[in-house]
Amino acid sequence: MTYPLVVTRRMTDHPADSHTLERYEATSGYEQARRALTMTRDELVEEIKTSGLLGRGGAAFSAGLKWSFLAPARPSYLVINGDESEPGTFKDRQLLERDPHQMLEGVIITAIANEVHHAFIYIRGEYPKPARRVQTAVDEAYARGYLGKGIFGSDYDLEVTVHLGAGAYICGEETALINSLEGLRGEPRLKPPYFPAAKGLYMQPTIVNNVETVSNLPHILAMGSEEFIEIGHPLDTGTFMISISGHVNKPGNYELPHGLTWRHLIYDIAGGVPGGREIKAIVPGGASAPWFIPEIHLEDQITKDVCAEAGSMLGSGAVIVMDETTCMVRAAERIVRFFAHESCGQCTPCREGTTWMEMILRRIEEGQGRAVDLDLLLDVSDGISVGLAWPPKMTTICPLGPSAVSPVLALRDYFRDEVDEHVKMAGCPLKKVEAHA
Amino acid sequence: MPGPCQIAVSCRHVACTASGGLGVAMGEAGPEHVTITIDGVSHEVPAGALVIKAAQDRGTYIPRFCWHERMNPVGMCRMCLVEVQGPRGPMLVTACTNNVADGMVVDTRGPTVKKAQEAVLEFLLANHPLDCPVCDKGGECPLQDQAFSHGPGESRFVEIKRNFAKPIPISDLVLLDRERCILCARCTRFSDEISGDPLIEFKSRANVTEVNTFPDLPFSSYFSGNTIQICPVGALTSAQYRFRARPWDLQMVESSGMHDTAHPRLSVQVSQNEVLRLVGVDNDATNHGWLSDKDRFGFQYLTSEERLTMPLVRQDGQLVETTWAEALDRVAERIGLIRDEDGGEVFAVIGGGHGTNEDAYAISKFARVVLETNNVDARLDDALSSHFLAATADRGLIADIDGADTILLWGPDLKEEHPTLYLRVRRAAQELGVRLVVIHPRATGLDDRASMKLTYRPGGGFALLDEVADGKHPELRQALSADRVVAIVGQASFADGPQLAESVAAYVRNKAGSARILPLARRGNIFGALDMGLAPDLLPGRVAPDHAGRAALAESWGEPPAARGKDTRAMLEGIDSGEIRFLLLVGADPVRDVPDPRRALLAMDSAEYVVSIDLFLNDSNREADVVLPAAGFAEKDGTVTNLEGRVQKVNVIAPIPGQGRPDWAILDDLAERAGRPIGLANAESIAKEISEVAPAYTGITWDHLEWEARDGAVVPLSGSQPLSHIPVALKGDNAPTAPLLLHVGRTLYDDGVMLRHSPSLRPLARGAVVHLNPEDAKKAGAQDGHPVRVVTSHGEGEFSAILDEGTPEGVVYVPFNQPGGAPLGTDAVVRVTAVGR
Repeated sequence: MTYPLVVTRRMTDHPADSHTLERYEATSGYEQARRALTMTRDELVEEIKTSGLLGRGGAAFSAGLKWSFLAPARPSYLVINGDESEPGTFKDRQLLERDPHQMLEGVIITAIANEVHHAFIYIRGEYPKPARRVQTAVDEAYARGYLGKGIFGSDYDLEVTVHLGAGAYICGEETALINSLEGLRGEPRLKPPYFPAAKGLYMQPTIVNNVETVSNLPHILAMGSEEFIEIGHPLDTGTFMISISGHVNKPGNYELPHGLTWRHLIYDIAGGVPGGREIKAIVPGGASAPWFIPEIHLEDQITKDVCAEAGSMLGSGAVIVMDETTCMVRAAERIVRFFAHESCGQCTPCREGTTWMEMILRRIEEGQGRAVDLDLLLDVSDGISVGLAWPPKMTTICPLGPSAVSPVLALRDYFRDEVDEHVKMAGCPLKKVEAHA
Repeated sequence: MPGPCQIAVSCRHVACTASGGLGVAMGEAGPEHVTITIDGVSHEVPAGALVIKAAQDRGTYIPRFCWHERMNPVGMCRMCLVEVQGPRGPMLVTACTNNVADGMVVDTRGPTVKKAQEAVLEFLLANHPLDCPVCDKGGECPLQDQAFSHGPGESRFVEIKRNFAKPIPISDLVLLDRERCILCARCTRFSDEISGDPLIEFKSRANVTEVNTFPDLPFSSYFSGNTIQICPVGALTSAQYRFRARPWDLQMVESSGMHDTAHPRLSVQVSQNEVLRLVGVDNDATNHGWLSDKDRFGFQYLTSEERLTMPLVRQDGQLVETTWAEALDRVAERIGLIRDEDGGEVFAVIGGGHGTNEDAYAISKFARVVLETNNVDARLDDALSSHFLAATADRGLIADIDGADTILLWGPDLKEEHPTLYLRVRRAAQELGVRLVVIHPRATGLDDRASMKLTYRPGGGFALLDEVADGKHPELRQALSADRVVAIVGQASFADGPQLAESVAAYVRNKAGSARILPLARRGNIFGALDMGLAPDLLPGRVAPDHAGRAALAESWGEPPAARGKDTRAMLEGIDSGEIRFLLLVGADPVRDVPDPRRALLAMDSAEYVVSIDLFLNDSNREADVVLPAAGFAEKDGTVTNLEGRVQKVNVIAPIPGQGRPDWAILDDLAERAGRPIGLANAESIAKEISEVAPAYTGITWDHLEWEARDGAVVPLSGSQPLSHIPVALKGDNAPTAPLLLHVGRTLYDDGVMLRHSPSLRPLARGAVVHLNPEDAKKAGAQDGHPVRVVTSHGEGEFSAILDEGTPEGVVYVPFNQPGGAPLGTDAVVRVTAVGR
């Protein structure tokens, strides 16, 4: 089964040189940026609003609407969030590495639409090759006059700066990213008052967009928003990149329209589970997302709304499949440990709570669990995410702390017996099975 | 690119605490109010206030750790979570980062809030060591207090707690215990936002986040002690106070810091008759609760073994202990003899700027009534006229700084000499958007916040002012033409000619829409001393000796001498020439204090008869004929007057060691024995007498200061007698033109007698150093850290060279009165040569 490709079309058709300027220009590259220069700001914003394009960084907020919220103060800035750090997510890496000019054309269009004359591309520090490719693309664009003073021969100036992160997950959070870009500690800012559209980079109105989001823009302008809406689901237009990993036969990035089912994704597209084993749990949208289980969710459609109704999110499009051999306590501990390690340390519940959660989970997994520990774990989680609801009611500044609670919700809702068994057996039942086999 | 400053913007969300001063004088309206509901009760609160502050002011305490009224909120500790009704139902928000809005409904103690508060406290205590029994903070600890008032009561944390090496010294004054730290960022924010020394920061992240200093860079801030005070746990402790007392054993009394003419308000805390620590007291008028480390730690001299405890008289060339009666009778007899021979012209009194107003009044009255002289001066050759200091027209308030359009700072480096004002000006420039202009011969602590900085060569101040007056420096002229200009003026450098500061003030008064002048002077209570008449041309209440206003005084004192007396320099010269036969020093050490000590040394050598009232033997009174032990800070009651004319009460809480007595009591006794009683019964009755004879002090009673006017009362200019017009010559002397010019300036820590006897601060003086621009150093062959010889026509000595970009080429900067540093005098022409070449 094949689906229409948008942002991965060029790299699919021309795998050898999709990242070069030559290939990019030979495949209609930079035509839409030139066209954008002839359009008014309102026309551009309206076009993107009409297209229904949702942000692809995780929050799935309407890109056009976001632009329309930009405060009137100038200068305004554009920041491209390429700090792709959500465990399981690796799609921006491919877009940056394999088609950097596509992203850059999206940057130019976004800049024009938001009266931005200086854009910053913030790339995850662990992505040296994508960063090199993007820097090369930027250098080439400067050399051709596509960036700098009077781009494409117009009177519009646009500077672009590429910046590498230094290894902090939290810098994917837009206000922490802005702090990091300013040379401060990578800590999220308070909202209010620091909504980037009003007080962002250097306290000026700032648009923060994801790599994949802006990579879509040249295509929306080229095909028109009506055609774009035709692809995918009416409420969740266009395609989206899914990074699928874990216990599947064909892990990798797939560009897909919204609205397929989880079963279709895992079994038809990703080639099913190795050894024909059963699926035990699915992480639908990155490590922050509450888990799904096949018994309930396998036939659900993959759209923002269906996912939200089921108590989770599509997030950054990272799907992790865990089969029946996976210990749920150990998996939860691993994810909680990630968040505890990546907490910026700024606010108390996240800094202290996530590490405490990690300690409790490790004790259970290592055989020192007590009968009270699951309830304690839930109550500690409750101190970070009040009521253990979805979306979370946070006691924290940003959603990192509550993200660590997501796997604990799965233990509470679907795997309580497995936790109890750990306590009763004073160790991991799955490990013991392995040992005896 | 706009300034990348988060702080500058976030301050707009903080309720403005500015009060008094220009803002009010200019008729700004009070804040608007909105109605909010707190825990079911409706309240009118100022629009734009933070929820936590609005609730507190209406009697509802919301627990907090990171929020501090004098700093920008960060919402980090999450202790102040409250529930607010939002468009999508109830939301938990931090009360310290959200502003009130009309109709807001706030719940501070419902089940959801209580759950969140208990969770945050359990989280904070999870890794807290609970070593309260051996923690200095125990008993006055916000974490302890709020754990009891808002915590869950027990911990379910059974894991191993976080471990750090503890405590580690992060400076000579401060120790850090990272295990106790709850990472509230009060200390880091203070250092960054308030004092401008960002030397302490968060490092690492997540559960191993810690506060620490940067490698090889100690927390050597002049304001480091404030972080100890605002730390909500015992993470930052004072090296000097550590393990000395438990809070519940301390007796305390409010008073004012006397190292700083702004008189920061503080609490003196004592156990077993010994002053153990000073703690800042929040006060809108002066210090906002902050203290410089000199004001905070500079009290140890009080309990020094070297304190004088007995009267000393010279016998066979030695100073020997004797009785008060014996010592005072000797002095009284000598006074009588000399007065009968030569009259009052041959007496001289230097000092009185360190004591209380009551002491100063006693000295003033003693000089006029007993010694029959106007040769009296509390300034030690400080270049500014007494009339300008005591009663300049348009004298401003410290709070005027907050509401100014432009602050002109042309004078000493505030960070070194006037730390309370430094913090105030820094805040105005950084948080309140006030334009700051700094004019000084070299770099100052406020340059990073100045929108304009001018340097001038030592001695070239008048030339620069002439240029400005002639139409040059248009940007500066424009800044000074603003509506509300506060000019903070004083002697920036010993090479600044007399009257430079007065001329600057006069220029600003002509130029600005409305000018406010804050003149700067040294010695804690210099302004009180001048108000009490400790100047050759002033009588109590800022009355000129030849003015009709003295009639009121004459009723009480008898006719005071009418002739203008000698100032300190003239008195020292007069001693040397034999015109002065009798010198009384009151808390004065001219050898260590006047800009050109040669004059003082000559005078001390040739003086006929010297009497000193002091806490210590020093370089000036070691050869005196009689030395009388005095009372120090916190050892006597009284009032003091700060640089804006604010009178505050200072209080006794510690005993005077040995047989020491307050200055006024010594002088009253001496006057009696000299046959001219001055009738001073006790300090409070002196205060009453002051309010009767000194016009500006009418109505200033201790009762008023202790009850109605806890922040002090500003003495009105209008109440004082009009002083003669100060002539201002705009055309100054030609500036010296040598290739290298000497700039001598004072630093916070020096070799002054109080610091020399305060073990915590003594090591912090810079020592004999000279700052050279790297280009000048190259020419002189000087290397960083190596010795150089510095020579002027007034003196010479060896100094360690510091290569310093902050000192302009052609300027040689030497900090004044440093241990081991030779005096260089006031001559600006200087030569520098590398030693060993």
